[in-house]
Amino acid sequence: MPDLYFGAADEATEVERAAVAEAISGFGPVVIRESERLVHAGRSRTRERRHLLLPVLHSLQRASGWISPGGLDHACAELEVPPAEAYGVATFYHLFTHEPPTSADTVHVCDDVACRLFGAGKLIEDLRDNGHHVKASPCLGQCERGPAVLVQRTAGPDLTVTTVDGGSSTTTLTAREVAVAIDGASSTPSVTLHQAGSDQLRLLARVGVVDPSSLKDYRAHGGYQALAASLTMGSDRVIEEIIASGLSGRGGAAFPTGVKWRGVADQEGRPHHLVCNADESEPGTFKDRVVMEGDPFSVIEAMTVAGIAVGAEQGWLYIRGEYPVAAARLAHAIGEACAAGLLGADVAGSGRRFEIHLRSGAGAYICGEETSLFNSIEGFRGEPRNKPPFPTTHGLFGEPTAINNVETLINVLHVVLMGGSAYATAGTERSPGTKLFCLSGRVAQPGTYEVEFGATLREMIDLAGGVPDGRELRAVMLGGAAGSFVGPESLDLPLTLEDTRAAGVSLGSGVIMVFDQDDNMVDSVRRIAEFFRDESCGQCVPCRVGTVRQEEVLVRLGSGSTIDDERDLLEDLATVMKDASICGLGQTASGAVLSAIELGLLTGPKSGDGGGN
Amino acid sequence: MWGSNARNAHPIFFHHALRGVNNGARMWTVDPRRTGTAKFADHWLGLNVGTDIALANGVAREIVASGLQNEEFIANSTTGYEEFVAFVEPWTLERTSEVTGVPVGAIRDLAHAYATAGKAQICWTLGITEHHTGVDNVQSLCNLSLLTGHVGRWGSGLVPLRGQNNVQGGGDMGALPNKLTGFQDVEDNEVRAKFEAAWDCTIPSTNGWNLTQMFEAMGRGEIKAIYCIGENPVDSEADATHARAMLEGLDTLVVQDVFMTRTAELADVVFPAALGWAESDGTATNSERRVQRVRAAVPPPGQARQEVGIINDLAAAMGDDDWGQPTPEELWDELRTVSPMHGGMSWARIEAEGGIQWPCPTEDHPGSQFLHGRLWERPVQGRLAPFSCVEDRPPLDVLTDEFPLRLTTVRALDSYNTGVQTEHYSSPIRTGEALSISTVDAVALGVVNGERVTVSSRRGSITMTVEVEEHLAVGLCHTTFHFPETTDINQITSDAVDPKSGTAEFKAAAIRIDRLPVAAGQPGSVVQSA
Repeated sequence: MPDLYFGAADEATEVERAAVAEAISGFGPVVIRESERLVHAGRSRTRERRHLLLPVLHSLQRASGWISPGGLDHACAELEVPPAEAYGVATFYHLFTHEPPTSADTVHVCDDVACRLFGAGKLIEDLRDNGHHVKASPCLGQCERGPAVLVQRTAGPDLTVTTVDGGSSTTTLTAREVAVAIDGASSTPSVTLHQAGSDQLRLLARVGVVDPSSLKDYRAHGGYQALAASLTMGSDRVIEEIIASGLSGRGGAAFPTGVKWRGVADQEGRPHHLVCNADESEPGTFKDRVVMEGDPFSVIEAMTVAGIAVGAEQGWLYIRGEYPVAAARLAHAIGEACAAGLLGADVAGSGRRFEIHLRSGAGAYICGEETSLFNSIEGFRGEPRNKPPFPTTHGLFGEPTAINNVETLINVLHVVLMGGSAYATAGTERSPGTKLFCLSGRVAQPGTYEVEFGATLREMIDLAGGVPDGRELRAVMLGGAAGSFVGPESLDLPLTLEDTRAAGVSLGSGVIMVFDQDDNMVDSVRRIAEFFRDESCGQCVPCRVGTVRQEEVLVRLGSGSTIDDERDLLEDLATVMKDASICGLGQTASGAVLSAIELGLLTGPKSGDGGGN
Repeated sequence: MWGSNARNAHPIFFHHALRGVNNGARMWTVDPRRTGTAKFADHWLGLNVGTDIALANGVAREIVASGLQNEEFIANSTTGYEEFVAFVEPWTLERTSEVTGVPVGAIRDLAHAYATAGKAQICWTLGITEHHTGVDNVQSLCNLSLLTGHVGRWGSGLVPLRGQNNVQGGGDMGALPNKLTGFQDVEDNEVRAKFEAAWDCTIPSTNGWNLTQMFEAMGRGEIKAIYCIGENPVDSEADATHARAMLEGLDTLVVQDVFMTRTAELADVVFPAALGWAESDGTATNSERRVQRVRAAVPPPGQARQEVGIINDLAAAMGDDDWGQPTPEELWDELRTVSPMHGGMSWARIEAEGGIQWPCPTEDHPGSQFLHGRLWERPVQGRLAPFSCVEDRPPLDVLTDEFPLRLTTVRALDSYNTGVQTEHYSSPIRTGEALSISTVDAVALGVVNGERVTVSSRRGSITMTVEVEEHLAVGLCHTTFHFPETTDINQITSDAVDPKSGTAEFKAAAIRIDRLPVAAGQPGSVVQSA
């Protein structure tokens, strides 16, 4: 650990200084020495720059392969952040390293619930045998084509490496393919949709159809018509239509979007902010990635419509650090939109200002929680805040903020173009519109699927080709690690907000992960427990301690202990975490475990081959 | 913040100031050094030592030239405006910049920001007062507040920060050569008559001597005995060799203190006193004139006694038995009968209200958040506030080829003045005394960080360690003076004094730095790499 005083660490290298300077260009350092007799600095300059800390840390990591004490110290001096505080931020994230790199590339291999079903364990061993610097990683959001690899590189862009087709257990990513990808510095191409060409698609209609790098192509496929329409309608009308559409948040909480927007728009204090939550980190979730990679301009357009509607001039797009391809395409799209006058001081000639700042996370599931995300953007540790106050009044920088998931936002384009009532004709009365589902695990064609609300679980699995021959569905993880397991008896459950709620489960982020009779459920559930233990930010005791205890129990279950011995303790832990945790992470960390007990999935170790062992 | 490193010297006050800064208040710092305080400032203006009046006059001229003065306030509440405007007319931005070293744009920005602010305060400390023009310096700042009306209103004002928790209280109680308790003039016959009646004694009808004048009187042999309570002049006086000689020449020196100071070591009699903090009952008055209760928590150690008891017994021994043994509260209640500004402050009220700010003349008076509010009454009752035409006069210890460097004394966070009260505590950030010099001067002199050098002024020479400080102004040196036993800075500080206040010009000495003759193996030759 470095000495946490200014100037106590080693000097920053030239490369690191350049990296910091580039990351803060446009703002400049806090302290300006205008002359020997005049220096400008001060708290306002410090405050204005604090949000640059996360980009600066990325820049340092990219430049030299780690956050060196000298580099951190230099960054702190430029931004006037206390070194102890910056060290606290830098060590919060998985993707920042604090030891000198032993190799130019770090290979993160996903060994989370989906990928471990498809040989992640073996891939890790093979890569290590081949001399790679390997780290096992929580879900990388590539579940439809696992096992997935993220190559974190020094002085070059990161890479996502998976099998091209994905899903079918006949082809599995090999260590050799990873090496080839690194040598070629190329990510695996984006997935093609199994529903491609279907005229039923709304949200995914352009994915795989348009050139994601071409604004012109986007416009040729109906792009930016919604922005034009919304500018004609005016903010109030847009919000009325959103309310009429019944659109609700797709990130998991299903809060009515129009109500949220109205709340922000009505706040008198300025400035307002619009945040797009693209920190898609829920294990089993990859739908937003598919949209961002295949149709990035739609996200930018939707943010613009939303930002102007809620009275924001600044938009913040926070994407998880494990999505290098999507981040690059979004950055390109923002640049194109700016150049075309669709972002900036005068959006499409309307006189309205709207700018988008792209921010990458750095490996922290908790940053998908909205208040953690704010703290992360602001340059603090991504720890959740107490609510209330809610983001609509006290959000990013303590100012009124509308924060929406990617999928929620792209729905807005259709509401604006169709009108709220027409939009609501799809789906069910209380769950209007379409929904993206992430099918993974034991299905023949894993991937992202868009359907109208109302389809049953069975229909969704059938849409993805059903459970492969010779296998028998044993359980489905619904809603992600923060969701719950359901068994075959729930296959006819309509996947709507109201039906799932009545059944005591959650759609969450739309995860449908299928397990068969041979999968080692104790191992999968233990991996979920491990995930929560690892991702708990540690701020509040029930979650920090509870997730550790929970994982310990699951480890015991895998090594001879029986569920009857442990049931009381697990239920007790679940109650405490649910009742007393600050944020949703702790409150939902026991959901999957408890549902697995109820379904009898933990009755004893199965002999299956699915585990990462 | 003008001539104040409050972050180091007034950390509690500064913590409150920072709350304002964190809430969006803008802060300018005017100081020859970019101090820890300046690092929190939006703008730091590094003026030449001793050019505060020039800068203030320049700011004043710019305010007037830009028409930003508060005409209504000036017309109704002040006198001497026309004369003042004519007086500062020569202080153009260019001339001010030339004299002070501060860029033109920065002076203009400061003037405009101060004049157009809704509320603005000027805070200062010894960077303003420890000059031979100390009083003039203060008046030049007062001119700015009168020009803009930033005085006598909530949130605006002039804020001299006091050095100790109870410096204000000492003045309140009349420990001044020209004031009786409650700042009532000694030379006012009516006032004196009131006190003489209350105290049943005769009070000299003329002002007494301030500390500097007392030392001069010692030199002339007119003072032969000193009763010194809670002061350590051997270490704190400028030109310490002279001060020590004066005290040694007295017939009688009585020292009453809580520590065995170097002054006490010279004394014929030492009265060990209880600490004002934690060992005594009474009151203290802080910088915002808030009188607060102080309570004894432990009895004083050994032979140490309450100061009230020492003084009463001394009076008895001198033949006046009438003083009795009043409690601190009884003494306070007596004071309230003769000091109108304390009249309404019973201990019960002070306790219940968490302190009261004077003036508080009656029991139903809430106390006063700020002074000079009367200047906003129409018509103004009492004397109007006068502008002062004060000349820029450079430090008396002039820079020459022989003594080319400017030395200013400063303070560290964890030490207090001569160290009497702080040397007994260990501190992780206390590194001892060092003479900070600029990188440019270090190169020119051929000295490196950590080198021992001889530092000489027109008064004397001492040996010190050099500390090279990046970004320090060329020609400027600074040091603390917290360790007089090892490094007696006041042997070289200036003996110049402000005749109006009696305060010495600690902030501006002219010095020379000479390398020691280097011999292998000598401690002085051991240098660290720069």
